[in-house]
Amino acid sequence: MSAEAGMLAPVRDVKLRMERVGMAFERDGKSVSVLEDINLDVSDGEFICLVGPSGCGKSTMLNLMGGFLAPTQGSVTIDNQVVRGPDPRRILVFQERGVFPWLTVEGNIGFGLAKLSRAERRERIDHYVQMVRLQGFEHTFPSDLSGGMQQRLQVARALAVDPDILYLDEPFGALDSITRLLMRGELLRIWQSERRTIIFVTHDVDEAVQLADRVVVLSARPGKIQDVLTIGILHPRNISSASYLEHRDDLLKKIGLAYTA
Amino acid sequence: MNALTQPSRWEKFFWPLLAAALLLLLWHYSVIWTATQVFPSPLSVEKGLAELFRKHVLWSDIGDSLRRVAIGFGTAAALGIPLGLTLGWYPAANQVLNPLLQILRPISPIAWIPIAIVLFGIGDHAATFLVFLAAFFPIVVACVSGVSNVPTMFRRAGRNFGLSPAQILARVVFPAALPQILIGLRIALGISWLVVVAAEMIAVDSGLGYLVIDSRNSGKRYDLVVAAMLLIGLIGLALDIGFRRLEKIRSVRWGFGHES
Amino acid sequence: MKLLVRLRPFAFIAVLLAIWQVAVNRHPAQLLPGPLGVAHGIGDLLKHGLMLKYVVASLFRVTWGFLLAAVIAIPLGLTIGWYRRAGMALSPLVQVFRPISPLAWIPIAILWFGVGDLAAIFLIFVGCFFPLMLTAMSAVHNIPAVYVNVGRNFGLSAADFIYRVLYPAVVPQLIIGSRITLGIAWLVVVAAEMIAVNSGLGFLIIDARNAGNRYDLVIAGMIIIGTIGLLLDLGMRSLERVKSFRWGYSED
Repeated sequence: MSAEAGMLAPVRDVKLRMERVGMAFERDGKSVSVLEDINLDVSDGEFICLVGPSGCGKSTMLNLMGGFLAPTQGSVTIDNQVVRGPDPRRILVFQERGVFPWLTVEGNIGFGLAKLSRAERRERIDHYVQMVRLQGFEHTFPSDLSGGMQQRLQVARALAVDPDILYLDEPFGALDSITRLLMRGELLRIWQSERRTIIFVTHDVDEAVQLADRVVVLSARPGKIQDVLTIGILHPRNISSASYLEHRDDLLKKIGLAYTA
Repeated sequence: MNALTQPSRWEKFFWPLLAAALLLLLWHYSVIWTATQVFPSPLSVEKGLAELFRKHVLWSDIGDSLRRVAIGFGTAAALGIPLGLTLGWYPAANQVLNPLLQILRPISPIAWIPIAIVLFGIGDHAATFLVFLAAFFPIVVACVSGVSNVPTMFRRAGRNFGLSPAQILARVVFPAALPQILIGLRIALGISWLVVVAAEMIAVDSGLGYLVIDSRNSGKRYDLVVAAMLLIGLIGLALDIGFRRLEKIRSVRWGFGHES
Repeated sequence: MKLLVRLRPFAFIAVLLAIWQVAVNRHPAQLLPGPLGVAHGIGDLLKHGLMLKYVVASLFRVTWGFLLAAVIAIPLGLTIGWYRRAGMALSPLVQVFRPISPLAWIPIAILWFGVGDLAAIFLIFVGCFFPLMLTAMSAVHNIPAVYVNVGRNFGLSAADFIYRVLYPAVVPQLIIGSRITLGIAWLVVVAAEMIAVNSGLGFLIIDARNAGNRYDLVIAGMIIIGTIGLLLDLGMRSLERVKSFRWGYSED
C-alpha cells in the first residue's frame, strides 16, 4: 500500500500492454462476453498475479496474453508488437498434464532447445535440472514423478528456452497444500535469480500476496479489472507481519466484492 | 482443435455433400475414362436401385436380413448380458471361462458355417445362428468389462446403505455399467449386420447378401451389386444411428460425456 | 493352491471336451466328430504338411492386406482427424462404407482381381481400411489440447510438431486400434478364403466339408484358426506393453 521507492523492484519499461481488450465466445449461437475493457501495463521483470472468482476469465486473459487466443476487441502488445500467436519468447505453464509423458526429464527440458549445439543444450539442461532441484531424475519419465516434481519439470522446460515472459495458469492448483507452499518458495527463488516477467493466475489469496508485486483483481463474468493492488513488501515476505496481513485483508475485501458482484 | 474458427452450422452439411459430390464425379469419370464394360456408373447404379425397389423382392430381402439380425442379436443379448454380468461379478467364474472364450472369439463366424449347416441345414436358421455367434462374444466381453470397471466405491456405498448383493447388482452395478454395455451392444449390432450379409452370401438364398452375390452370378448385374452394397451401407448406418439415440436417454447420458 | 486356481480353466475345458465326447459316442450316426476325432484330424493335417502351407497362405494375405491398409489409412486418418473440415467432409462417407461387410465386396474384388491371392488381399485391405482410419482420426481428436498448445508455444515447425508431438501422442492408441483391426483382418481372411480363393485355412474348412464331409478336419481347422487368432492378439498386446514401458505411460 505504501510505496517507499527503495523497497520496490525498479520500474522498467512496459513489457506487455493490454489496451481495451475484450473477449467474447460463441456458444449455441449466442455471444458470451468473458472479458470486457481490460487495460493493463506490465513492466519488465514484474511479478503479476491475476485473481478472481471461477469463470471470471483469468485463464482466458492469460491465453490472450500468450497469443493462444485473439481478442475480439482491443489489442495485446508485447515490446510494442501486436501479439499474433504463441511464441517461445513467452511460455505458458499449465495446471496439469503439461509435460510430455513420452520424454524423460532431460527430454522435456531439452524440448525447445533443438536449435542449440549439443554442448550448449547439455549445459542448459544441467543448469535447469539443478535449478528446479531434479538432480538424479534426468532419465526418469514423468509418470514416475510426483505432481510437484512434474510442475517443476514444466517450469524448467519453460525457462530453458530463456523466455521474456512466463505465464503460469494455476500451476499449483492440483497439488496438496504443503507442496504448494514449497513450490511458491521455489518459484520466488527462481524468479529472483533469473528475473523475468511473470504473470500468475490463482484463486488463492495467500498465494497472490506472497508472490506478487501487483495483484490484478478481476470481477465475475464478464471479467473486468476491478482493482489493482500493489504489494510493496520486499522479499522474503514474512507472512505473519502486520503489513502482509494488511495487504491480505485488503485483497480479501476486494475479492469478496468481486464474488458477490 | 486447430480450427481457425468454429465451423458454422451450414458447414456441417456443406462439406460432406461436397465430398460426396466429388466422389460421384470421380466415379462417373473413371468409368468413362477407363471405358470399362462391366463396372457400373453412378447413373446405372441409380437405375438399378430404382429397379430393385420396383421389383418388390427387395423389401422381402431387406426384411429377411433385418429379421435374422433381430433374432440373432436379440438372442445373443438375452443370453450374453446375463452371462457377461455374472462373469464380471464373479471374477473366479471369469477366470475359468475366459480362455475358452478367447479361443472361440477369433474364429470367424463364417468358419462356423459347415457346423451351422449340419445343425440347422441350409437356410434361415443357419444364418441366424451365425449372427448369434458373431454378436455373442462382443456382448459378453463388454458386460464383463462394464461390470469390472464399476468403481469399488460404488459397491461400497451400496453395502453401506444396507443393500443385499443382488440389490447392489441390480441397483448400483448394472446402471453404472450400462453405458459400457450399450457401447458393446452397438458394436455387436454393427458386427451382426456385417455377418448377416456375409452369411447370406454363402448359406442362404434370400437377403441383401444373397442379392449381392446373386446379381453377379445370374447375369453380371454389377449395377445391382453396387446398388445392393449401398443399401447395405445405408441400412447399417441407420441401425448405428438409431442405436446411438439410446445413448441419449437420461439414465445413461452421464456415461457418454459431453461434447463441448 | 495357486497352481490349482490357474489350472481351473483348463479343467473346465477338459470337462466340456469329455461331455462332447460322450455325446458323440451316444450318437455315432451323425456327422460331427468328437474331440478325439478332431485330434486325429489335426494329426492328419500335420502329416500331410497341409497345415503349415495353409497357415502361411492365410498369414501372408493378412499381413499384406493389413500393411497396405495401415500405410494408407493411418496417415490419411491422422490428417483428416487434424483438419476439422476434412473430418466433417469425409466422416459421413466413411460411416456409410463402414457397415458394408468386406465380403460384400467380393464380386467387385473378383471383377478387378480375379479369383486368387490378390482378391483376398483386397478384401482384407477393405476390411482394415475403415477401422484403421477411424482409429487414427479418433487418436488425433484425443490428443490433449495441452500438448498441442505446448508445441505451438515452443514455436515448432509443422514437420517438427508432427514428429515430436503428434506421433508420440497417438502411437499408443494406434497400437490398440491396430490390434483390434488385426483381429478383424483375421476374421475376414478366413471368410474370404471360404468364398474366393483356393488355399488357406478358410478354404480348408469349406473344402474339407465339400470334398467328403470331413467334419473332423473342419473342426480341426476352426481350432487352428482360433489359436492363431489368439496368438496374433497376444502378440500385439505384448507390443502394447513394450511401448508403454518404454515411454513410461499408457493411454490412461
